[in-house]
Amino acid sequence: MTAALEVKNLTVGFGGRPGQDPVVQDVSFEVAAGECLAIVGESGSGKSVTARSLLGLAGAHSWVQADAVSITGQSVLGLPESAWRRRRGRDVGLILQDALVSLDPLRPIGREIGDSLRLHTKLSAADRTRRVLELLDSVGLPDGASRIRQRSGQLSGGQRQRALIASAIALDPPLLIADEPTTALDVTVQAQVLELLAEIKRRGNAIVLISHDLAVVSRIADRVAVMSAGRIIETGPTAEVLQNPQHPLTRAMLAAVPVDKPRRTQLSAVPVATIAPRSTVPDGLSVDDYPVRPVVLEASELRRSFRRPDGSRLVAVDDVSFRLHRAETLGLVGESGSGKTTTARLALALETPDAGEVRIFGEPWSAVQEKARRRLRGSVGAIYQDALGSFDPRLTVGDILRHALRAPAGGTTERGGSGHLSTESSQLLDQVGLPSGVLSRRPVDLSGGQRQRVGIARALASRPRILICDEPVSALDVTVQAQVLDLLDELQQELSLSLLFISHDLGVIGHMSDRVAVMKDGRIVETGATADVFADPRHPYTQQLLEAVPRFPQRSR
Amino acid sequence: MAESITDDRPRVRGRVVVAFVLTRLGGALFVLWAVATLTFFALRLIPGDPALAILGGPGSQASPEALEAVRREYGLDQPLFVQYLTQLWRLMMGDLGRSYSLNMDVAPLVGVQLGGTMQLAFLSLALAWLLALGLATWSTRGGKIARSIGSGLEIVAAALPHFWLATVLILLFSIWLGVLPPISTPGIAGLVLPVLTLAIPLAGFLGQVMRESLLTALESPFVLSARARGESERGVRLVHAIRHAALPAISLSGWAFGSLISGAVVVETIFARPGLGRTLLNAVTERDVPVVVGVVMIVAVVYILMTLLTDVASRLADPRLRAA
Repeated sequence: MTAALEVKNLTVGFGGRPGQDPVVQDVSFEVAAGECLAIVGESGSGKSVTARSLLGLAGAHSWVQADAVSITGQSVLGLPESAWRRRRGRDVGLILQDALVSLDPLRPIGREIGDSLRLHTKLSAADRTRRVLELLDSVGLPDGASRIRQRSGQLSGGQRQRALIASAIALDPPLLIADEPTTALDVTVQAQVLELLAEIKRRGNAIVLISHDLAVVSRIADRVAVMSAGRIIETGPTAEVLQNPQHPLTRAMLAAVPVDKPRRTQLSAVPVATIAPRSTVPDGLSVDDYPVRPVVLEASELRRSFRRPDGSRLVAVDDVSFRLHRAETLGLVGESGSGKTTTARLALALETPDAGEVRIFGEPWSAVQEKARRRLRGSVGAIYQDALGSFDPRLTVGDILRHALRAPAGGTTERGGSGHLSTESSQLLDQVGLPSGVLSRRPVDLSGGQRQRVGIARALASRPRILICDEPVSALDVTVQAQVLDLLDELQQELSLSLLFISHDLGVIGHMSDRVAVMKDGRIVETGATADVFADPRHPYTQQLLEAVPRFPQRSR
Repeated sequence: MAESITDDRPRVRGRVVVAFVLTRLGGALFVLWAVATLTFFALRLIPGDPALAILGGPGSQASPEALEAVRREYGLDQPLFVQYLTQLWRLMMGDLGRSYSLNMDVAPLVGVQLGGTMQLAFLSLALAWLLALGLATWSTRGGKIARSIGSGLEIVAAALPHFWLATVLILLFSIWLGVLPPISTPGIAGLVLPVLTLAIPLAGFLGQVMRESLLTALESPFVLSARARGESERGVRLVHAIRHAALPAISLSGWAFGSLISGAVVVETIFARPGLGRTLLNAVTERDVPVVVGVVMIVAVVYILMTLLTDVASRLADPRLRAA
């Protein structure tokens, strides 16, 4: 039987002479019908370029060399553009990330899905509509007659991703390329979309799944190819690669996944910064003592609603109460729209609650004027998902830190005069594991992990005792995420920081938090010690969330 | 945000539409009032006696008695504020008054001239769109060099002053080549040069905006999806990219129309073409206050209508605006 896809020594590059500075080098694999091969790797590893080369869409100024690339036994190497066009959509389909932008936002989804039919068949408009309705039904979007006139912006994340899949499978191409198809989705929706892809696989289509997420891959891939720096460094059956990784980089990637890793286990391979040894708990408290630790932040019965454009009100946060103790991490987990970020903004007093109150260190916080809050501002720090967006792009890292250091301090230690600013900036960088050479650089020139470290350094500048972390690692590759999580953990122990840690990622939450609060539709539906909640979830929604978390097959250790 | 699925509840939608219309109407009335007020006071700042203007301009040898009689007749002996309120009241009643210098009602005068200017402005806008779209499409199709040429042309075109461009076009097409009349004669031939003069700078400006958004659209994931379905380069542009490229240009067209009308003042004068622009220029020189106010009010109304039109067009072209 011929393989649905065969690739031998694929090498791809951009600009320059062919063969020079390739971004994908000597990549070879095969995928049979009804099989799913996952190509995993971190950003910049060349996995997306590989995927696009399989459609002849590597991009402008690209060159592609290979010993063989064939789809269903027919070579597509050096195919002219017109011949490629006849194959795209018919022999090979592409599913991209986030259908909000991967489907034309100005066109109804019925048209988008019907396009493949229009381009490759002689079906009449009425027949195409009939087929589109069948397709919508087959991807789990019933009530197609009203759906086909909607646009991607009018559908929920899961619905539009289904529509995107429908547009890719309209002509039932034997080979599907899925490039991060579930990355923008909430975990429960992600599970549903993966199930849909698995079903398409069972129908006999071959799937090449591109993903950065090893756990997602483990759900539907039969085989895994791990890419790094443009090469495949390891390949094999999924279970084998995940349970018994051979290449050190694969091992590092796997070790970095926080799912089911107990609190205070180091995730990253390289020590982050040299600070106090882990064994000593700085303020003499052990984990057992935490009920008697003082409360540093208390939110009681918070409520906040917003006006929708049509005049109705959206209750973003509804009757939310929690306590954050000294040197503990409270994990706030929920899907998009659950009210996590509004809760963070209320805790930071950047948003005023409609009802309820936030107090810090027993003092009023949300109920007083900003002028009165300013004295305590320094003791509450914040880090965000988009570190780059939170910096003024004209400033160097040194400027950013000096600005932050000039703000009033909130912590315990007295600070020297302004002459010490540079020294202190270097110390801050040292604390987050960055060399002082970074001071003169601009955030744009730093990597994602470095940027987030600068973000953390800035937050630490005012010597805070509370750190509000809103999705701090969601934009990072898994190994970088591991380093940042380890850093936060170490800083917490060294500085007795209290962390309100907000994430949509249960794996990260489970690893980082002492206690956890699960949010849904603006309410906290379940709260408790992390181990208890994860081992024995009471609320059906928590159970649903935990079931949806992609996990590796049990590893024999 | 939570799953923001827009529900088309008719009652909510109806309320939104009513609110939209009321806001627009209020805004339009405010603009008209502001225009009337500003024009009225600005014209009073010009030195010279309006009564003298009525009696034939600075050159006339009107007797003091005659001037006095005219002042009384036109209410110019009243305090300024009373004159202002009187004029506002008349305007509200739809009475544009009587021209000082031409001795005829302003409304028919302006009405006759409106057609020519509208013809000029609409044709120029249409041509500017065609030129901009063509240039943007061509320059994004080719390589780096085409892009540089495209953006260079756009910048130069956008920077051309009307009076200079008009002169160069007359020299080129009328004097040197001798194919087109240097003054605006009735018929299509006489329209070509005035329309080109107005359209070329605007095309440069619109082209810049269109090329930017066309490039953004061509790089976006939905275009990659379309290509992956087997869509051709032309299909990608016609079905997807052009519409995205047109959106910002559509919303700029209301403003562009305003700038075309002000450009018409220069162009109509140079090409000796009858129209609002020339009427306005003459009226200002003659201190013919009612005509100036009349022209300005009509232009303001047209401008408001055009802005409304582009808003509706934007909503038609971009369904996302309708949902919000």
